[in-house]
Amino acid sequence: MMRTTLRKSIGPLAAVLVAVTAWLGLVVTPPDRDQGDYVRLVYLHPALAWVALYVAFGMSAVCSLLYLWKRTRSLRFDRLASSAVEVGVVYTLLTLLTGSIWGRPTWGVWWTWDARLTSTAVLAVLFLGYLALRRVPAEAHIRARRSAVFALLAAINVPIIHFSVIWWQTLHQGATVLNPNLSPMIHGLMAWTLLLSFVAFTLLFAWMVMVRYEIETRRADEDEVGMAAAIADRQAEGIHS
Amino acid sequence: MWRDALLIARRDLTIELRSKVGTWQILPFGLMALFLFAFALGPQTELLRTAAPGLFWLAVLFSSILAAQRSLNIEGSASTREANRLLGLDPAGVFLGKAVAMALELLVLEVVLLVGVMLLFHVTIASWLFVVPALVLPALGLSAAGVLYGSLAGGASTRSTLLPILVLPVEAPVLIAASKSLSRGLGSVTPDAGRWLVVLAIFAVVYSVLGVALYGPLEES
Repeated sequence: MMRTTLRKSIGPLAAVLVAVTAWLGLVVTPPDRDQGDYVRLVYLHPALAWVALYVAFGMSAVCSLLYLWKRTRSLRFDRLASSAVEVGVVYTLLTLLTGSIWGRPTWGVWWTWDARLTSTAVLAVLFLGYLALRRVPAEAHIRARRSAVFALLAAINVPIIHFSVIWWQTLHQGATVLNPNLSPMIHGLMAWTLLLSFVAFTLLFAWMVMVRYEIETRRADEDEVGMAAAIADRQAEGIHS
Repeated sequence: MWRDALLIARRDLTIELRSKVGTWQILPFGLMALFLFAFALGPQTELLRTAAPGLFWLAVLFSSILAAQRSLNIEGSASTREANRLLGLDPAGVFLGKAVAMALELLVLEVVLLVGVMLLFHVTIASWLFVVPALVLPALGLSAAGVLYGSLAGGASTRSTLLPILVLPVEAPVLIAASKSLSRGLGSVTPDAGRWLVVLAIFAVVYSVLGVALYGPLEES
């Protein structure tokens, strides 16, 4: 009940915040001196990347760990991990798409073999592999164990992506907000709009994960009911014959 | 664990020697891949020479998928797993044995393909000091990752299509590091070739440790 109320309130709130971000980003904030209107992608691309790389895959790693830990083992964590990855893959693909659109005018190419771009693309493929692995028919706990191990192995890639712009010389700029000095190199209304975009897209992610989790839970319940009905049918057949 | 590993490695290698799947299927596939790469690039000697290390490792990488599937198919039947359990074999030992056997098979494949690359792509060995570790370390890493991800990919019916999706992105660093190291061994000017060898060693150690820790729980499922 509480979960439903939370889901129903987060959805509209996320929608409102995304709309306000769009208004501030497209109408109110000024264009950049060098990049012109292309700078408005800053209110979309970093927020998508933040959710994809840190929130979604971080959540899948934590939930996978909780599933593998005997004391906290529950299929709820497996469902949460898979929901986070599903939405995370969408965010990762959108991150790559918006990055590519931004890269064309600033770097002159749609794609470059830059460390961060390449490692993000590899991460997207890895988690598509996770989703493929989940579709292999298996008993719920077997599937959960395999998926949890794979999610943890894949999560190793996340710190590599984060530090790739520091370790290797790349075209991609370093962190603007979460830089090593923790001093944001952006100010005024642009900074607040950027911050709002992070909140809005994180809430949108949370809402999508909750919806996906609910669908997974109902599917699992339905499978259980179906199994119970099939057993009852077989038993009835046994009695009659 | 080490005794079990030796036992499993000997068993896998004996099966390979008798069935000759590696000789008649995996090796020809690797050689065919080299020919196809050369067809795609054309006959320009300089271009082939430059691309040789990368193409060599692509051929090895694709062949290693077949080798991993073959290795896991031996373990795949219920009777083999039952026999392992009845013999009281340590799963960590089973993993190590399979990885070592596969690494030895890959090494043989690499040597044959290297001769093929030297003949077809007109390259010569400039430094054995780089060529030897550039062949041994990736063989260890690819086999450890192949066996680990192969056990994740489930039964034989799904493994053939699923394993490449799961393992190839993970093995991308091996492809880069091994190509750079071999490039240095074949005489190209490659800065930091030594560091790439360290990357290969780290990959091999990390996946061997992960395999030892995770193979047992995964095989139980």
